[in-house]
Amino acid sequence: MDHQFQLPGSYKKWTYGLIGAGVIALLYGFIMFHPFEHAGHGTNVNSTRFWAVLLQNSVFFLLVVNAAMFFICVTTMAMGGWVIAFRRVSEAISSVVPILGVLTFVILMAIVFGGRSDIYHWLDKEAVAKDHILSGKSGFLNAKFYAIWSFLTIFLWWFLGKKMRDLSLKSDKDGPMDYETGKKWIWNNTVWASLYTVVFTLTVASTIPWLWLMSIDAHWYSTMYSWYTFASTFVSGVSLIALFVIYLKNRDQLPYVTEEHLHDLGKFMFAFSIFWTYLWFSQYMLIWYSNQPEETKYFIERIGTAEKAGPYKGLFFFNLIVNFLCPLLILMKKGTKRNWTMVTVMAVLIIFGHWIDLYQMVMPGTVHEHFALMPFEFGVACLFIGLIMWGTGNYLSRHSLLAKNHPFLKESMIHHT
Amino acid sequence: MAGGIKKFVVGTFDDEKVLFPAVKNVRKAGYKIHDVYTPFPVHGLDHAMGIRETSLHTAGFIYAITGTTTALTFMSWVFTKDWPLNIGGKPHFALPAWIPITFELTVLFSAVGMVLTFCYLCNLAPFVKKHHFHQRATDDLFVMVIECTDKTNDAEVQSFLQTAGAHEINVQHAETGWWIGRYHKEQKLYKEEKGY
Repeated sequence: MDHQFQLPGSYKKWTYGLIGAGVIALLYGFIMFHPFEHAGHGTNVNSTRFWAVLLQNSVFFLLVVNAAMFFICVTTMAMGGWVIAFRRVSEAISSVVPILGVLTFVILMAIVFGGRSDIYHWLDKEAVAKDHILSGKSGFLNAKFYAIWSFLTIFLWWFLGKKMRDLSLKSDKDGPMDYETGKKWIWNNTVWASLYTVVFTLTVASTIPWLWLMSIDAHWYSTMYSWYTFASTFVSGVSLIALFVIYLKNRDQLPYVTEEHLHDLGKFMFAFSIFWTYLWFSQYMLIWYSNQPEETKYFIERIGTAEKAGPYKGLFFFNLIVNFLCPLLILMKKGTKRNWTMVTVMAVLIIFGHWIDLYQMVMPGTVHEHFALMPFEFGVACLFIGLIMWGTGNYLSRHSLLAKNHPFLKESMIHHT
Repeated sequence: MAGGIKKFVVGTFDDEKVLFPAVKNVRKAGYKIHDVYTPFPVHGLDHAMGIRETSLHTAGFIYAITGTTTALTFMSWVFTKDWPLNIGGKPHFALPAWIPITFELTVLFSAVGMVLTFCYLCNLAPFVKKHHFHQRATDDLFVMVIECTDKTNDAEVQSFLQTAGAHEINVQHAETGWWIGRYHKEQKLYKEEKGY
């Protein structure tokens, strides 16, 4: 078996179909929502909606594909051998980072330099000057820093991820490794993986969610927020890896992936769903308990108060059911984690759930009560899913599906949970 | 609880590579494996022996939801019916504040319950004794024990084990259950065995 994968016609059809649907949605938005007009004060809310939806989708899907590289790097650093049987799949997903990275950067810059103070309130210079909280934060929340840090972040994700992928692809050409070469190669991998993880910590696990998402609610802050975003996107990333693994397995590829690997992927999905809930609850409970007006504001915008329900109440609790209760009760059983169909269903559910999660993080602070989950929102999501499928498919069909000279390959083949 | 004295054929192995095919062949030949005693957990041995999957995790789940319900019902009864208090102006039914305690009780119930169930299933308790088929099962030997029925020809089983690669082979009459007390007092037949 040469582990070379030909993209089937149906895959291409879906890819171009989704991208097509997304482009149509985007064009519809351009024409109907007047995205380059300022939102004013609730008069032109569609313009805000256009940018908010683009922000939500680009950030979510970029962080999801980036999570695939994080998955590779942490397993490399932990000397995890079991992932090698499907390592190329995670590599393929992470190869979408430059594509979505550029797109996200363009969207973010359009928001910041287009002066969209309806998205980021801190862009409004007059308001910041009068507001001692915002002016206190202006060293961090300003257009220049935002642009430089976003650029650096996306560049480093791409650069360090590319290093990891190149090391892996190089091993295909160099032939089987003896003990000494293998040791050196693993060490090289560990060094680059560590560098990536340090950058990841300084960006995804701290500054980037503050800048890109939390600054929508510029007065409010939560120290849980970045970890919460990380948990959300990492569990979706692992689910995406599982989806591609199952798809390729259905196409008679990945001969060394067994139920044991699926079981461990399922454990990751289960564990990080619980981790997400832990952060969700910690953030909620502390704010609920201390009951400080400047902190509860975030939740009042979403679920409202005891007297008056907020517009996002249904979505907010739906989020908790899909991302906590379902994974908890369904993925708890060993049999489900070893069942290809059930893992597929759960992976789709988890990705959808966390897309909704990001939706309810972005929308209340931007479009307020005028939120809509309409074809436009799903259409833009289709564009990003199509782009992920396109980039991943390219990588999968261009390179061998098996990292056949990886020193840990045998460990993965005999993996047993 | 004494389970009665039965006859066993005991064979020792010093290599997993020999043990696994031996287990397979013994089962294929139709002999009943009482147990295989190993110094450490051997991956896949339970599958080879055809032991059914444990239900310990199902028990754990039941203990866990018992803990959840205990915590929630008790706290809601205390804070809404029995002794309602105004704590920081929060509603009496203050669910978020109860979640940590509910979580702790869920974990506590399932952990303690599973440990006790595990001890019960393995007959582990202070002063409880079970027969040792071979002392070196706790050190460096894999000990396979085959249970004999009235119809089993133990000489045949012994030669079968010999060809399967067993080193020391003997026949023991041993207590199948557990008892409380000391080995040398309770186990009369212990001294009759070869090699001790």
